[in-house]
Amino acid sequence: MSARPTGPAAGSHGPDATAAAASASPAELRRRTEEFLAAHPPADTGRTDFLRARFDAGLAWVHYPEGLGGLGAPRALQAVVDTALEAAGAPDNDPRRIGIGLGMAAPTLLAYGTEEQKRRFLRPLWVGEEVWCQLFSEPGAGSDLAALGTRAVREEATGDWIVDGQKVWTSSAHVARWAILVARTDPALPKHQGITYFLCDMTDPGVEVRPLRQITGEAEFNEVFLTGVRIPDAHRLGAVGQGWEVARTTLMNERVSIGGMRLPREGGMIAPVAALWRERPELRTHALHERLLELWVDAEVARLTAERLRQQLAAGRPGPEGSGMKLSFARLNQEISGLEVELRGEEGLLYDDWTMRRPDLVDFTGRGAGYRYLRSKGNSIEGGTSEILLNIVAERVLGLPAEPRDDKDLPWKDLAR
Amino acid sequence: MTPDPTTPAAPAAAPDLLYTAAEDELRAAVRALLDDRASDHAAALARAEAGGPHDPALWRTLAAGIGAAGLLVPEKLGGQGASHREAAVVLEELGRSVTRLPYLTSSVLATEALLGCDTDRPAVAALLGSLAAGTAVAVLAVPLTLGPGSPPPAAVRDTGGALDGSVTAVADAAGADVLLVPADTGLYAVPAAAVTITPQTPLDLTRPLARVTFREAYGELLAGPATAPAVLERALRTGAGLLASEQLGLAEWCLAETVRHVRGRHQFNRPIGSFQALKHRLAQLWLEIAGARAAARNAADALATGAPDTDLAVAVAQAACSRAAVHAAEECVQLHGGIGMTWEHPAHLYLKRAKADALALGTAGHHRTRVAALAGLPGPQA
Ligand SMILES: Cc1cc2nc3c(=O)[nH]c(=O)nc-3n(C[C@H](O)[C@H](O)[C@H](O)COP(=O)(O)OP(=O)(O)OC[C@H]3O[C@@H](n4cnc5c(N)ncnc54)[C@H](O)[C@@H]3O)c2cc1C
Repeated sequence: MSARPTGPAAGSHGPDATAAAASASPAELRRRTEEFLAAHPPADTGRTDFLRARFDAGLAWVHYPEGLGGLGAPRALQAVVDTALEAAGAPDNDPRRIGIGLGMAAPTLLAYGTEEQKRRFLRPLWVGEEVWCQLFSEPGAGSDLAALGTRAVREEATGDWIVDGQKVWTSSAHVARWAILVARTDPALPKHQGITYFLCDMTDPGVEVRPLRQITGEAEFNEVFLTGVRIPDAHRLGAVGQGWEVARTTLMNERVSIGGMRLPREGGMIAPVAALWRERPELRTHALHERLLELWVDAEVARLTAERLRQQLAAGRPGPEGSGMKLSFARLNQEISGLEVELRGEEGLLYDDWTMRRPDLVDFTGRGAGYRYLRSKGNSIEGGTSEILLNIVAERVLGLPAEPRDDKDLPWKDLAR
Repeated sequence: MTPDPTTPAAPAAAPDLLYTAAEDELRAAVRALLDDRASDHAAALARAEAGGPHDPALWRTLAAGIGAAGLLVPEKLGGQGASHREAAVVLEELGRSVTRLPYLTSSVLATEALLGCDTDRPAVAALLGSLAAGTAVAVLAVPLTLGPGSPPPAAVRDTGGALDGSVTAVADAAGADVLLVPADTGLYAVPAAAVTITPQTPLDLTRPLARVTFREAYGELLAGPATAPAVLERALRTGAGLLASEQLGLAEWCLAETVRHVRGRHQFNRPIGSFQALKHRLAQLWLEIAGARAAARNAADALATGAPDTDLAVAVAQAACSRAAVHAAEECVQLHGGIGMTWEHPAHLYLKRAKADALALGTAGHHRTRVAALAGLPGPQA
């Protein structure tokens, strides 16, 4: 009784679009894009209308299937479309605001969603009309996500699910229209087996979002209390009890979404430090120079590694480097922003703004060095901690043995907590 | 793939960081040869300790049989007309087996120096041809530590038509037929018979070093004082860029061998590779090597295509790969425990090569200083 139309083989990089690859060469895509631009001149088209039309033309994410914003073309060809659109001054679907939808909800929907779910959710998700959040972590279940305790109980009469529990550190819950949610549907089974995956309407009664102020002063994430929330069975993603498998697709995509990012040389966090170094010779010391050069080289090497990963994906040879990119960028962001605060000397003691706000997007570059330093501490925690990712590299890439563990076969209700 | 040396700064196309099918084939051929003839580390070590030269039969097969020595040399000069990308693949394999062969010194450094001279001159063309064919070995008579961007060495002087002076830490001098010597009046080719070569005891037993003494030695002038510095710089830059691939191969062997060991070795009733402290260290090392691979490929590709940012690509690759190789070799020794400290186990050969390579052709610090200049990040005094 598998409710999975395409299965997890789609893996961390979305569907493999080998079959339809021939339908779109770079030249063909460039032609389609030009045609599209002629029909929808960016200057005279409203942002939302433009993005909707782009989705309908299959130019949103070209590797997605036709009718779902794509053309079934190789993923690498997206660059052809993006370059042409950018040159024409077209609006983009700013991924900082809709990152969870794009990077996590979408590939999971594509792999496990029903036709109806895909048609309902993917377009407004991509356009950014509907923001998504991720109701995974709980106070008692972070790294050990499979230990989660939020309950979903099926109501006999209606088939609906009634959800009760508490989620935490939920980014963007305050602006989200939908959530991906994992909940326990059978506490008597071992922890990985009794979980089911849902799509939760954040406007439903019983969903309460409370800001959780964080280290930077603002509240980018939240606590979410779920009290008697009613989710129709049509909003279940995957089979009952298949939630862990579905969630793993989400998590893998979360971790590699950064690996596909394309930065120019001296892009990313190193940019403001290098600029400051050049502008303010009076701040330079020998010790800081050594550290700056090491980090500059590390940033360039990380950029090249990401570029190599991208080329491997384009050549249809996905390598394991993707899981490492999040680790590298987390370390780099933290060390570089730490250096920047020190480099500023007296100014480094100051902070731009402690006002408690609820931002609707994460903005690293628009804020001060102190903000970058503090916010980047989250890079090695969010989306899987660096320790957990190192375990994954060690076990899945290097093939090292797992540590002995005794939690896999015990019923969830009997686990220590 | 063949670079045209007459067109320098090609437009900045994205570098190709993968391996082509032809490169994979070349790798397979070199690896098969080295597995067959150079995998007995104990024998290689005994040979090195006895002070003998490299294995001439193995060299002939790699150089002429596979054609590796002439990869950088155009076909019309007797080479393969391939590029730095292919030479880099050969070096990865040589690094993986720490084989004692004069590839880096003769087929890369000396060859690249000759390619920088006027190749229409019969003396230059003839020597290039014999290096490409593997029938002669030439080495640059400079200390192995000399990196690109360094002032030209002044150890050898022209005293009225003959050369005088002495250079130490010259790699592979012992087995060389010809020495290419930068002197104050230009770059000279001097037959080995005309100089005194005194072996030095090297930290890295797999790359012999010697002091080369010139006493009224006569040589053939290959490049005059106006062009010789550029010729030397070209050789050192290429050497440094491709050494990164040797360091990559070495690091990969160390990681693979260490992973194999910790999976099999049991302590406390578990494979030691199941302890998280070790898993994290090895995962970190893997990350560092993934970066080293991207950086080494980028340098090889930049050299092959004559990319405008080649100097920076080389400096970044050296800074990253020196560190990765030493780190990998040090972890290899440590995680092998007592076995790793023994003369029988090859880990020490890799550590010694890694550490020597970190000094060769400029240290990581030297290359970071290059980055400072090339990326416009000057130090406090500037
Ligand atoms: C900025 C930010 C945004 C976030 N956004 C979201 C969101 O939108 N939705 C959501 O669901 N969650 C979100 N999270 C939560 C995040 O996924 C969790 O914080 C993370 O998975 C770690 O779980 P934890 O906080 O419970 O830490 P714990 O699991 O308690 O870990 C504490 C420490 O122990 C280490 N540790 C734990 N287990 C092991 C192990 N087996 N081996 C070695 N070390 C271990 C960890 O690495 C960490 O250092 C966000 C977090 C942050 C910081």
